[in-house]
Amino acid sequence: MAEVQKVDLTKIKPYGDTLNDGMVQMGFTLPVPQGDEASEAARQLARKMGFEEPAVVYSKDLGVGYTYFVVYGKTTHTVDFTKIEVPKVDVDILSKEEVEIYIKDNIKRNVVIVGACTGTDAHTVGIDAIMNMKGYAGHFGLERYEGVDAYNLGSQVPNEELVAKAIELKADGILVSQVVTQKDVHIPNMTELVELLEAEGMRDKVILCCGGPRISHELAKELGYDAGFGTGSFAEDVATFVVTEMVNRGLV
Amino acid sequence: MSKLNLDQSLIESCRNAAKNIASETQKFIDEHTTTATERTITRLLGVDGVDEIEKPLPNVIVDNIKEGGGLERGAAYWIGNAMVQTGLTPQEVAEKVALGEIDITRLPASDEGKIKETIYKIAEETVFKIKENRNKRQHYLNTIGEGEKPYLYVIVATGNIYEDIVQAKAAARQGADVVAVIRTTGQSLLDYVPYGPTTEGFGGTYATQENFRLMREALDEVGEEVGRYIRLCNYCSGLCMPEIAAMGAIERLDMMLNDALYGILFRDINMQRTLIDQYFSRMINGFAGIIINTGEDNYLTTDDAVEAAHTVLASQFINEQFALKAGIPEEQMGLGHAFEMDPDVENGFLLELAQAQMAREIFPNAPLKYMPPTKFMTGNILKGHVQNAMFNMVSIMTNQGIQLLGMLTEAIHTPHLQDRYLSIENAKYVFNNARSLGEEIEFKKDGIIQNRAQEVLQNAEKLLTQIEKEGLFKTIEEGKFGGVKRTPTGGKGLDGVAKKDSGYFNPFVELMLGGRE
Repeated sequence: MAEVQKVDLTKIKPYGDTLNDGMVQMGFTLPVPQGDEASEAARQLARKMGFEEPAVVYSKDLGVGYTYFVVYGKTTHTVDFTKIEVPKVDVDILSKEEVEIYIKDNIKRNVVIVGACTGTDAHTVGIDAIMNMKGYAGHFGLERYEGVDAYNLGSQVPNEELVAKAIELKADGILVSQVVTQKDVHIPNMTELVELLEAEGMRDKVILCCGGPRISHELAKELGYDAGFGTGSFAEDVATFVVTEMVNRGLV
Repeated sequence: MSKLNLDQSLIESCRNAAKNIASETQKFIDEHTTTATERTITRLLGVDGVDEIEKPLPNVIVDNIKEGGGLERGAAYWIGNAMVQTGLTPQEVAEKVALGEIDITRLPASDEGKIKETIYKIAEETVFKIKENRNKRQHYLNTIGEGEKPYLYVIVATGNIYEDIVQAKAAARQGADVVAVIRTTGQSLLDYVPYGPTTEGFGGTYATQENFRLMREALDEVGEEVGRYIRLCNYCSGLCMPEIAAMGAIERLDMMLNDALYGILFRDINMQRTLIDQYFSRMINGFAGIIINTGEDNYLTTDDAVEAAHTVLASQFINEQFALKAGIPEEQMGLGHAFEMDPDVENGFLLELAQAQMAREIFPNAPLKYMPPTKFMTGNILKGHVQNAMFNMVSIMTNQGIQLLGMLTEAIHTPHLQDRYLSIENAKYVFNNARSLGEEIEFKKDGIIQNRAQEVLQNAEKLLTQIEKEGLFKTIEEGKFGGVKRTPTGGKGLDGVAKKDSGYFNPFVELMLGGRE
């Protein structure tokens, strides 16, 4: 029996049921009516995307002369995994209890964290998951942390109001949640907050974090934030970053 | 017959408490008006369009009245007086106010009888037009018919009304019964309604009267093609709640999100403002034959669906009573709830089933609006598709009225064309495959499902009798709904609230409700 092939990390490609078969599943719609020509168009498109032996396994007319396809294809491309670099929030995540002890030992006062969905964003799911007492999926929110004074300002908070509140409460950390990101509406909004904080001379004095399903740490850094938290982040991730960063930057 | 063995005296007690809560609040509502309510009256008197800086003329008139200190007397009085004094139509009066040629509260005062006579004549024409729309809808339902319940409800949200139309027509051909045009994020906080067709929006499309008209026309067209009347839904909430209702009544919308408390809790709109506005908006919706959808499902996005289940039921009772006060029949009450429990909860499906069946039994004539999972949708689209199938199963087993279809790509993006098709296919499959399951099964006496429903009812009764004692304002202040706390003087829009004076009148209350004021 042949030996199992080893993974070459310098040339990885998708795994379907055999190493390096490159198998990818796709779903997309083309603005043409269902038929042999439409399926051929889907196949040709897949080939242009770098897929060999593309197979249209399903197609369906969507009612407006457009056709939905499920397509499989073997990609010809590979990626060198050994050269991958992703900027990340670089701290060892502490548990809720560890954060509480860390605050007691290193900060020796309550940490004030103000959070909001800013701009026109009305979706509080994210900020609630991080801040509200109950938290999300068994991870308690910041309101429940001993040594943290958490203020969730809710949805559609103008940047000016958030900054005013941060000044009033002497915030150590500011959390901004952006869920609605259609047409990149979050970018100018998030940039505006940084500019406001700079204008108030506060930018260096607070830990500024953002989060949301389309937010990466890389994007956050680009926009002038200290950290960005994407899907799958919990209160302890944010809390750990804020408290350790406070100590690192001497903002205690 | 009850499958849940619910205690009828507890249901009775809930209803009584809710009735008292609504009556107590109604006293406050009856004594007040708002800028949005007066702009609505202005619209219903035929004022439309914008001035040279794109400010809607209803705002121009009502701002002029407010600046003149006349809001307490109401727009109908001032417009009527201006008409008597100048011989102009309301639209012409508005245009002259916009040009600064008329200062509406500074005109000489006419005879009150004459003012009312003038205004009622126009108001009756509008009311007749709305009645005609009702008849037209009924005619469609009688001739081309409608889809079977639960109605399949989908959203379009491209930001561009013309693109929305393409998607809405596709959805109708795929089997959708209701198309809702999601509003652009932030519209609920605008204190005016934008004008004309719009092609730019974020996560949705502006609600404007022209957009309503365009979509109505498209859905009538596709409805005739597919042989099913396609209902059009929009969002009657926010600072312009009653204005949206008026626009919907005029353009024959069929369904409106319209909750008594939603704006207070989730948009931080002042509670006095919202309660006054919801009353007039619901009166219009009721008269226009529009099904309202209430927003209890939202509590479960901020609170826990297992623990806060009784707040949903309590709010349904309160919404029912406020709706009755505004003349909305039970058949037009799309009371809301949602399939939002954590999928990891053991027997969560049974708890969802209990909640849905309970709502069905307690509000037997209401076309319940059932919302899909959103909070625990993860981006794992294939699991999401299964979650939606479970949701569809509960719905068909418990005879829900309006099924807001879950999208497998919830939490990722506004639905793509194929997402909507996959959702409709999912629902049709489950509904057809299990159509009569609900009629075939009973629930075990004192089993998990019965016990759960009884427990939720008991807790709702406790909450309602407590609210009855403390009053609705105080309850909201304490954060009992959705875990959100609001104060009577906080939030947006309080400056638009005014106490009516003795000369105030709103002709539409009498014409639509038959004299109750």
